[in-house]
Amino acid sequence: MLLIRCPYCGDRAEIEYANAGEAHIVRPADPMAVSDEEWAQYLYMRDNPKGLIAERWRHSHGCGRFFNAIRDTRTDRFVMTYEMGQPRPTIDSEAAAEAAR
Amino acid sequence: MSDVMTASQARFDVAAGPDLRRWVLQGRDAGLAAGAAAFGLSGVPDMLRTAQVAGGTAARLGPHELVFFAEPDRADAIYSALQAGLKDIPSSLVEISDRQVAIDISGPDVELVLSSLSPMDFNIRAFPVGMATRTLLAKADGMVWRTGPQSFRLEVWRSFVPYMTEYLQKVACDVRF
Repeated sequence: MLLIRCPYCGDRAEIEYANAGEAHIVRPADPMAVSDEEWAQYLYMRDNPKGLIAERWRHSHGCGRFFNAIRDTRTDRFVMTYEMGQPRPTIDSEAAAEAAR
Repeated sequence: MSDVMTASQARFDVAAGPDLRRWVLQGRDAGLAAGAAAFGLSGVPDMLRTAQVAGGTAARLGPHELVFFAEPDRADAIYSALQAGLKDIPSSLVEISDRQVAIDISGPDVELVLSSLSPMDFNIRAFPVGMATRTLLAKADGMVWRTGPQSFRLEVWRSFVPYMTEYLQKVACDVRF
């Protein structure tokens, strides 16, 4: 069983959560001013890293809030979770190595 | 509630909970503070905690969410107090009385039975009296509230009640073996 730490409720089973895609995607301030390519880039193009990724998750069967998480895509281990609106934290190499283990 | 099947066993008991009126309040800090004050509390309960007044209980189920439970004879007074207290404060107060049904479970085996429904830790140190949270109970969305060392109140959506009570009975049989 994979435990995910909700920033509000604490550790809960993965089944209570819903993944909501990559985090920190900024919507263009003026959509009419961007080209079709830039708009398509914003809408559809996502990173697919082998390693650490910042994702949005929602505690859908708990408090119902969205939050962000740093996860290693190779091992599914979560490095940390943090509240919406905070910038992507820098992960030191020790924590990254632990998540990749 | 006629949907709730009752069965008394020596170590575990399922009973229909009281008929309550319920409201969910969604709002920022100011909205929650005003709602808690109008309900008669000295402050907003901490996350996943409940607070009680005469004839009512407030449960903090989310950072921006409070659920109020009221006994029917106090409900009208509580509702008008909430409406008056939340006037002019951006927030949303919605009545959800008919959405969910209360089930009271109790007995020495109650933690073991709940452990078969959810992977949460129901030990009294991890889940003290007065704690309440939403979670998945088997396959049904529900709220768990610890009302005493050996008693919990479950709130599940109306259509899940027959499923939930039957599941609790089956699990209670399994736990005894």
